[in-house]
Amino acid sequence: MPTRFVIIGAGAAGMAAATTLRSLDSTAEIVVLTDDSYGYYSRPGLAYYLTGEIPERQLFPFSPHELRDMNITLHQGRALAIDPVAHEIALEAGELLSYDRLLLATGSLAAPAELPGAGLEGVVKLDNLEDARRIIAGAQRARAAVVVGGGITALEIAEGLRHRCRNTHYLLRGERYWSNVLDETESAIVEGRLTAEGIRLHRRTELASIEGRDGHVTAVVTKTGERIECGLVAVAIGVQPRVELARSAGLVVDRGVLVDEYFRTSQREVFAAGDVAQVRDPLTGRTVLDTLWSAALDQGRAAASNMAGSATPYIKPPALNVTRLAGLTTTLIGAVGRGRDADLVAIARGDSETWRGTGALTSAISVEDVSEVNRVRMLVGERTLVGAVVMGDQSLSRPLEELVARQVDVSDIRAALLAPGADISGIIGRFWRQWRQHVASQTG
Amino acid sequence: MGLLAKLFKRDRARREALVTGEVTPEPQRCVQCGICSYYCPINIDVRRHAWTGEPVIESRCLTCGECVARCPRGVLHFQRIELFDR
Repeated sequence: MPTRFVIIGAGAAGMAAATTLRSLDSTAEIVVLTDDSYGYYSRPGLAYYLTGEIPERQLFPFSPHELRDMNITLHQGRALAIDPVAHEIALEAGELLSYDRLLLATGSLAAPAELPGAGLEGVVKLDNLEDARRIIAGAQRARAAVVVGGGITALEIAEGLRHRCRNTHYLLRGERYWSNVLDETESAIVEGRLTAEGIRLHRRTELASIEGRDGHVTAVVTKTGERIECGLVAVAIGVQPRVELARSAGLVVDRGVLVDEYFRTSQREVFAAGDVAQVRDPLTGRTVLDTLWSAALDQGRAAASNMAGSATPYIKPPALNVTRLAGLTTTLIGAVGRGRDADLVAIARGDSETWRGTGALTSAISVEDVSEVNRVRMLVGERTLVGAVVMGDQSLSRPLEELVARQVDVSDIRAALLAPGADISGIIGRFWRQWRQHVASQTG
Repeated sequence: MGLLAKLFKRDRARREALVTGEVTPEPQRCVQCGICSYYCPINIDVRRHAWTGEPVIESRCLTCGECVARCPRGVLHFQRIELFDR
C-alpha cells in the first residue's frame, strides 16, 4: 500500500515538503491540510500586494491544475487534535484523517495586542491574505492609519498603508527601528527613507489604548496622553509559533516544537519544520526559532527527505534573509545584532534568533563601508566573518553569504578590514575571488 | 558626454546584454512573490525559473532587465553566457 503523508500547513515549509515528497516517492499519497481558505500563496508577497505592485492573483505560484498534476491533495479544514498512537487527526468538520507520517508545518501567527480597544473593528494584523484584504479595505475608508510594532512586517504594513492612505503614523517605543538587528546607522537610513515617503514617525511612543465608536476604531491614545485620530490600527509586535496542536498531542514543546537533526519530534512518525519548529543551531548548540521563508523551504525539503526514509542529518546554515526595507534591498546574514527590541514582544516575522549572537560571538568587531544608501556592515570574529548586513547594492552579498556560511578563515585580511577607513568592499571582493579560485583549483 | 553619445552607450550596453547575458536566479533569495513574472513584457514565468534555479534561457527573452530591476530581493542578475563552455 502507498505511504500516506499528511502535512498540516500550506505555507513555505508545508509546500516545499509536499513537492519534495512527490519527487522522492511517485506513488505516495500526499495530503496537505490547511485552514487558510486561499491555500498556498506567497505570504512574503503580501507586502507587494499591499503596495499595489502586484494584483492578488499574482500571489499564487501554482495553479490548482499544477497541484493536481503533481497529485498533491489540498484539503481545506482545521485540525483539532492529533492522536499519535492511532496515527489520526481529528478535523473540525468531524472527520478523521489517518496518516503514516505526519509533518507539522503550522507556522506562526501574529502576537495579539493586549491593551484596551484591541478587539475593535479596524485593528488589524498581517498573517495571511485575508488580513491583507482587510488592511486594503480598511485603508480605503480610513483617513489616517497607525502602525505599531517592529521588524519587517510593521514596515511592510506602514509602506503598504502609505500607498493607500493619506496619513500613516508609525509608532516606535524606543529610539529607533529594529534595534536588535540593525545598528544605529542602518536604522537611521530606514527611518530617513520612511519619512521621505511621507510616513510620520513617532519615537519613544507607546500605545495606552485604542478608542472606538460603534465598535470601530476612531483614535489611539499614547502613554503620554497624545491622541491620534485614525480609522485603522495595524499591530505587528512579533509572531508566535502555532504549537497548540503539538502540545495537546503530548509532543515536547519549548517556544516551538523541539525537533532533532532529522526533524523528528518526540513522537514517532511525527515531524515538524518551518516557523513552528525549534531547530538546533550547530554554531552555538542552542535550539532556535527562525521565521524565514528560505529557512522554511530548506527545512520543509530536509524534513520531507527524512520522512521518505533518507535519514540525512540537517546542518542548519547561518540564517539568511533578503528583504526590502523602505525600498532598499537588504540582506542579513549570520549574527548581526544582539539583545531585544522594545517594539516586539515575540520574534518578528522574517527573523532568526541566530542573528543575535550569544556570548561566543560578542568578541566580533563591526566594520562598515557606507556610500550614500549602499551600506555593508560585517561582524569580524577572531578568524571568520560571523555576520553581515548589506543594504542597497547587493554585489557583495553573495560573497559575504559564502564566506560566513563556509566559515572561511579571514585571518589574512583581518587587520586590513579593521584598519580605519579601509576599503572593505574592495578587500572582500578581491579576497572572495581568490578564495573561489583556490577552491576551484582544489576541486578541479 | 553628449546626449547622443549617452544614448549610443546605453543602446550598446543593452545589445551586449542581449547577446552575452542571461537572467540567472538565486533561488534561496526568492519568496515567489511573482513580481518578475508580472512585469515581464512577454509573459515569461520568471518566478518558475527562480523556483527551479534554471536560468532564463528562452530565446524569446528580450533581456530587457525589467525582472532584474523590479525584484525586491535581488534574486535575479545577468550572467554572461559562456558560449564556448556549454
